[in-house]
Amino acid sequence: MANMQLKKVPMPEQERDIRNKNWQEVAKGYTEEDARVEASRCLNCKNKPCVSGCPVGVKIPEFIAKVAEGDFEGAYQKIKETNSLPAICGRVCPQENQCEHNCVRGIKGESVGIGRLERFCADWHNAHTDENAVDAVKIADNAPKVAVVGSGPAGLSCAGDLVKMGYRVTVFEALHKAGGVLSYGIPEFRLPKDIVDREVSSLEKMGVDIQLNMVIGRTLSVDELIDEGYQAVFIASGAGLPGFMNIPGENSNGVYSANEFLTRINLMKAYREDYLTPVKRGKNVAVVGGGNVAMDAARCAKRLGAENVYIVYRRSEAEMPARLEEVHHAKEEGIIFKTLSNPTKINADEKGNVISMTCIEMELGEPDASGRRRPVEKIGSEFDIELDTVIISVGTSPNPLIRMTTEGLETNKRGCIVTSDGVTTTREGVFAGGDAVTGAATVILAMGAGREAAAAIDKYIKGKK
Amino acid sequence: MFELLKKEKLGESIVRIVIDAPHIARKIGPGQFVIVRSDEISERIPLTVSDFDREEGTITLICQTVGASTKRLAMIEEGEYIKDVVGPLGKVTELEGIKNVAVIGGGLGCAIAYPQAKYLYNIGANVDIIAGFRSRDFIILEDDMKAVSSTLTVLTDDGSNGNKGLVTDGLRKKIEEGANYDAVIAIGPPVMMKFVSLLTKEYGIKTIVSMNPIMIDGTGMCGGCRLTVGGEIKFACIDGPDFDGHLVDFDELIRRNGMYRPEEALANEKIHTCNLDKVGGTN
Repeated sequence: MANMQLKKVPMPEQERDIRNKNWQEVAKGYTEEDARVEASRCLNCKNKPCVSGCPVGVKIPEFIAKVAEGDFEGAYQKIKETNSLPAICGRVCPQENQCEHNCVRGIKGESVGIGRLERFCADWHNAHTDENAVDAVKIADNAPKVAVVGSGPAGLSCAGDLVKMGYRVTVFEALHKAGGVLSYGIPEFRLPKDIVDREVSSLEKMGVDIQLNMVIGRTLSVDELIDEGYQAVFIASGAGLPGFMNIPGENSNGVYSANEFLTRINLMKAYREDYLTPVKRGKNVAVVGGGNVAMDAARCAKRLGAENVYIVYRRSEAEMPARLEEVHHAKEEGIIFKTLSNPTKINADEKGNVISMTCIEMELGEPDASGRRRPVEKIGSEFDIELDTVIISVGTSPNPLIRMTTEGLETNKRGCIVTSDGVTTTREGVFAGGDAVTGAATVILAMGAGREAAAAIDKYIKGKK
Repeated sequence: MFELLKKEKLGESIVRIVIDAPHIARKIGPGQFVIVRSDEISERIPLTVSDFDREEGTITLICQTVGASTKRLAMIEEGEYIKDVVGPLGKVTELEGIKNVAVIGGGLGCAIAYPQAKYLYNIGANVDIIAGFRSRDFIILEDDMKAVSSTLTVLTDDGSNGNKGLVTDGLRKKIEEGANYDAVIAIGPPVMMKFVSLLTKEYGIKTIVSMNPIMIDGTGMCGGCRLTVGGEIKFACIDGPDFDGHLVDFDELIRRNGMYRPEEALANEKIHTCNLDKVGGTN
């Protein structure tokens, strides 16, 4: 008989006024007891609506049943059958729009805490297994070579699948550390970097060769990779080009793209005393945007010691693309939400340093192409916010280096690589997936695309013989 | 890890280093740069490559030790390693069709102007180099520049080398003496590039300037290197580093380059403490 509690077992968390001053993980994770109780809320529905909400089709009721039985390793292995990065997805997936959105328990009460259980299984596995006990895959010396461009979620999952199939896989990463957005974008307090490092090192132990500091499109082109004998190339270079608002004053000192701000903090550890990376520790900080990246930037600014941190978003809270949990956590930590406000101008002093931002109030009109109600300016409603730092988080698009240097690779007007079946590009032997194809999306979608690409590459190489 | 093969002091706070980096040396062209991270705690710093040897597989960098991270780079000795070097980044300078050129270098900018002068000189162009330095003690690369130019004019702000003046004075003189340049390449402090561009605009001479703004990834990811060129936002790392000098908003660039001055002072204090327990480039 299922546990009919209407609410999820609460997630143990660090206290709000303690955590907004440190960088440790906010959510501490379920205990074994918490997990078993939460797992017993699953009704094990025959038609499995949750599974159809998962981009990679994790066998949710099956893994949850194993958690309820106390077979945590079995549950982990069940998740691993279709999800190569459970410790990461359990933390960063927008479950409320996916599996948990479809959960029958959510009709009356809260859905089963699928994400929390997924995270629990992965953490349990990591705590109870030796991370060095990863077996190298036997790869023939003459096995076909495949190049993977980018070491974010799409690249890592593709490389993992390919190495298991026996290919010689080389991953090329432009930065000095692997992980893509998992390393440079998502902060430590939401996704501890140890978890990312462990995933990367387990791929290396399996036999994936990861080459850092290699910018494809500069150090080597896609064509040069093919000339060097790679039989297929998978482009998973993400959507890393930051967008700006094109308003006056945007190049003032103290205006960051969220990418720059987060990279300084997460990749280059500007928050740590022992690193030399500079970052402005603003007193009054505004983050423009309403996505997960905006929440991350705001919460980082708070942790760097800001007194007032604002989220400035032109629509209302209901339209915010951020995960509910991130919005909730941000508010708890004292982030001030200024919704229905759109910046029109950033004001600077004579030295070029930001002193304030002028915004205009908005109201919601008719739904637009995205289905969300379109924000319309309220005439004469301008107001100023006193600031020293502005962080622009209004979206990113795919990096142009590869399309600028690869002939015959078709891209659309947003700069995304065009594919025929999701992963096959217009260049023979060249595949693509993740944000480079879809534009900025989620970790789980990118991971799914990486797996799909691995299957397509396998089929392509076998078909050539 | 990249081995530092050779290190030589060019001046009080300027070092020239040769690094083993065959995959970069194979590809790089004049005007392109690399990003260097000396060790785990250092910043990523963009440095223009002043020379390269494709056969030896080496690149040469000239670096002024101003900030904490450049100081740590300068502490790495021959035979030790630099943690990360990535490149070549940016676009190769478009030098096609230039037959008569003035190459202007200001201070350390000469290190960046040198490969461009060398390339043009080697394909048979007339190359007049005009180099400006604060004073005699700061002069670098004099022999190297002499070897790749038709004429070399070295000026100092204080006249301590017997030739007082600004590079703009030297350039104006050449132009008025009848040098009919197809192009001027100006590389140095932003304020120098600004005044060279204002001068060449008067004479309608195409002017290429090379930007060296604050930057982290060098691949278009951070937008920290953005500048306004002809009213549009450009990223120096992927759209540049070279731009049309007549279109760059230099005043904005100068303001942006000063953004981290207070933080840099702090980092310099930090490194002062670190030096006491000497951390090399090998961690």
